Amino acid sequence: MKNFSINHRTRSGYSVIDLHGELDAHTASQLEDALKDLINQKKCNIIVNCAELEYIASAGLGVFMAYIEDVRADGGDIKLTNMSDKVYNVFDLLGFPALYDILKDESDAIDNFNS
Amino acid sequence: MSFLNSITTYQINISASTHNLSEVRDFITGHAESCGFEGEQIADIRLAVDEAVTNIIKHAYQNDTSKEIDITLKISDSQLCILLIDTGKTFEFKTYEPPDIKKQIEQKKRGGMGVYLIQSLMDSVSYTRKGQKNRMKMCKNRA
Repeated sequence: MKNFSINHRTRSGYSVIDLHGELDAHTASQLEDALKDLINQKKCNIIVNCAELEYIASAGLGVFMAYIEDVRADGGDIKLTNMSDKVYNVFDLLGFPALYDILKDESDAIDNFNS
Repeated sequence: MSFLNSITTYQINISASTHNLSEVRDFITGHAESCGFEGEQIADIRLAVDEAVTNIIKHAYQNDTSKEIDITLKISDSQLCILLIDTGKTFEFKTYEPPDIKKQIEQKKRGGMGVYLIQSLMDSVSYTRKGQKNRMKMCKNRA
């Protein structure tokens, strides 16, 4: 099994989740737990940094679909940043760019939250 | 000079656990690379096979890890084909139709994306039942 890991940190008051490795139907539950934790703590301004995300399958996208409404209902958002072309293509094929903010980097995400 | 199209065949068998998905991806990627497939094409094939195996594990076998999936990879001069065989329930394999992600989010539904991805990423896909076995075959032509 390939490694997948998640790192939590805070930047400028926003919660940042760093994804590392391969996100598939096996590892998606780790992302789900991480998002649930933040939502339970009412930390709903979330940046997901995908710089080290090497691969994503639809099970990974399904996690973002499952929690975006809850986060937005609490006045927050999930903004995705630093995606490789390979990972972006999967989001794009399924039409996610029309529904989620997918931004170049964390600074853009912070500007977007502040605007 | 031979006009015969040579075909190389590779096989693995896995238990129906999502734990084995990365092994399947490595199997596909390694052989596709060694047979001259490149970057984007390999990424497409790898994702399509991952989605198909995930569907078998979740829907055909409903996460029963005692069940098995046979995976055969055939690579020729013109294309790469993967045959997946399972003995689980037949699942709905709808025709090419993009999922309505916005609606699914509103209804708190997820899933249904795998089949669409498989059909988008591969050049041909078939899903049939023969006896007690489901056979999914998907092919990608060389660029």
